[in-house]
Amino acid sequence: MPIVDVKGVEKVYQQGDIEVHALKDIYLSIAPGSFAAIAGPSGSGKTTLLNIIGGLDLPDHGEVVVDSRHFRKMNQSQLAELRLNRIGFVFQAYNLIPVLSAVENVEYVMLLQGVEKADRRKRAMAILDEVGLSEKYHNRPSELSGGQQQRVAVARAIVSNPAIVLADEPTANLDSKTGEALLQIMAEMNENRNVTFIFSTHDQMVMDYAHRLVLLRDGMIDDDQVK
Amino acid sequence: MELQLAWRNIWRNPRRTVIIMIAVIIGVWTMVALTSLMRGIVNDMLENGISTLTGDIKLYASGYHNDPSIEYRIDDPNSVISKIAKTLPVDSKYAARVRVNAIASNARHSIGLTLVGIDPDQEKGVSFIGNGVVDGRMISEDDNNAIVIGQALLEKFETRIGRKLILMSQNSQNEIVSKAFKIVGVFRAKLASTEKQFVFVNKHSAQKMLGIGNGISEISVVINDHGKFEQTSQGIAEILKDSDIEVHTWKDLLPMLTAYMEIFNGFIVLWYLVVFVAMAFGIVNTMLMAVFERMREFGLLKALGMKPMLILRSVLIESGIILIMGAIAGNLLAFGSVMMIAATGIDLSALSSGFEYVGMSSVIYPEIFLKDVFLANVVVLILGLAVSTYPAVKASRITPVEAMAHT
Repeated sequence: MPIVDVKGVEKVYQQGDIEVHALKDIYLSIAPGSFAAIAGPSGSGKTTLLNIIGGLDLPDHGEVVVDSRHFRKMNQSQLAELRLNRIGFVFQAYNLIPVLSAVENVEYVMLLQGVEKADRRKRAMAILDEVGLSEKYHNRPSELSGGQQQRVAVARAIVSNPAIVLADEPTANLDSKTGEALLQIMAEMNENRNVTFIFSTHDQMVMDYAHRLVLLRDGMIDDDQVK
Repeated sequence: MELQLAWRNIWRNPRRTVIIMIAVIIGVWTMVALTSLMRGIVNDMLENGISTLTGDIKLYASGYHNDPSIEYRIDDPNSVISKIAKTLPVDSKYAARVRVNAIASNARHSIGLTLVGIDPDQEKGVSFIGNGVVDGRMISEDDNNAIVIGQALLEKFETRIGRKLILMSQNSQNEIVSKAFKIVGVFRAKLASTEKQFVFVNKHSAQKMLGIGNGISEISVVINDHGKFEQTSQGIAEILKDSDIEVHTWKDLLPMLTAYMEIFNGFIVLWYLVVFVAMAFGIVNTMLMAVFERMREFGLLKALGMKPMLILRSVLIESGIILIMGAIAGNLLAFGSVMMIAATGIDLSALSSGFEYVGMSSVIYPEIFLKDVFLANVVVLILGLAVSTYPAVKASRITPVEAMAHT
């Protein structure tokens, strides 16, 4: 049974008087434990598709099922609950909370989940160790490099034991060496924890790492390769 | 962690936080300090009113209130006092007086005033005259020809202690009677008009001059806890319901003062409203700026699964912390400034001649009432949080996709 099942999804944006068809009749199934990349040029609909899979945006037509949950039957509160417990996000711009330290940023998701303080701290530290930031627990984002910030974002995404992690252009702001190190970490997590990773990217390195590559063009799937 | 996060968010932009806090501090400070000044004025007017021979409660013979002549008097004051004594709260004091309109004259001047026959011992703690003599001495039980007059009257009459003053009035038979008194003391009152209005003689002396036996015009009662005056007056009225005696409170006797107090209360509410509206614009504007600046962050929190209600709560917590800090500082400032002024008061003697017409003293002593402090703080905190709800709702309603697109 796929962890993500997208059936006939369409999304239209209104830009002034013009309708922009961001996604056209998308069908996509992703198996649990995948390490998949959705690639394509700018404006091809990668981020829109990722947002729809993450429940951040809703399709105009079609059906989205993630972790056996039908989005159409869920309200905003239930979607938020699903995101909190089953979906992790990594964004291009890291999006850490600037006033919290690395360990506190990672803890914050668990706070929302209602995890006890002592357990929160223990788990946050363990995951930061895993991404190689054991020396940076108490540094704030402004005191971390881009690569370190993105590793904190990965740790935050993974710490709540989600079923899938959605990463929107995670390496776009990083140099190739740092980007590769980050991908390495995510690949290990995918292997060790069996967490599904779905990337939106136009970074060739991410495409090379991915086990499956879905190519989008003009809001449609142009190619779908399993390596 | 929620509080910790809120605290750190507050200090992300210290200048903005300080601006909101200053608005709150000034708001609370002016609310508390100005109200304490107004309360000082009103209380002073009330104390003046009560101590200027009114008391909390006053008993008259029926008819005296409408026609204050000696014809309407209480002939047996002792029996009335013994009847009401048991209903008076502990530490209450009373004084029985003869009070009649009279004309005072000396070789150069004459003036209409009020002749008051008093028992000097009874007046202590009941009216200003109990401790009001500043020059010469107080009249005593045996002083049949002694009189105490006010400083302002003394100056107006160009006289001095030891000189004579002739008083003329109507006796119980409606005949004109007059008697010469020797000035033995001079009293000071808060208001110069009081010093010109009243002269005091021994009660027996006044009774003899007016031919009223043991009769008196009024019994004035002062209660230690002024707040109990209505309850006590009802108790006295109940006891005296079958007698020919009217029971009045200061509220009946000083209707102008009652009206002023109501106007002041209305003014305080209006003042709170004006200050708060000015403050509210500052709070909403600055909180909106803070929220818009962090829209991406709110979007992230929603993406992570934070529910709108929690975002709303987090913004309100931040706002609440700023309001509480501002309120504390505002209260401290208000208490400090009031304490500084309270020792010496604010001297408005340059304007005092005008103030006297409404029963105000020339020096205002501000008084802080806890209920006013409570009200000012509740207004600031509750309404401050209420207006902060607008930016908080804005933050909670944004969708993650919109927020992430926000630059």
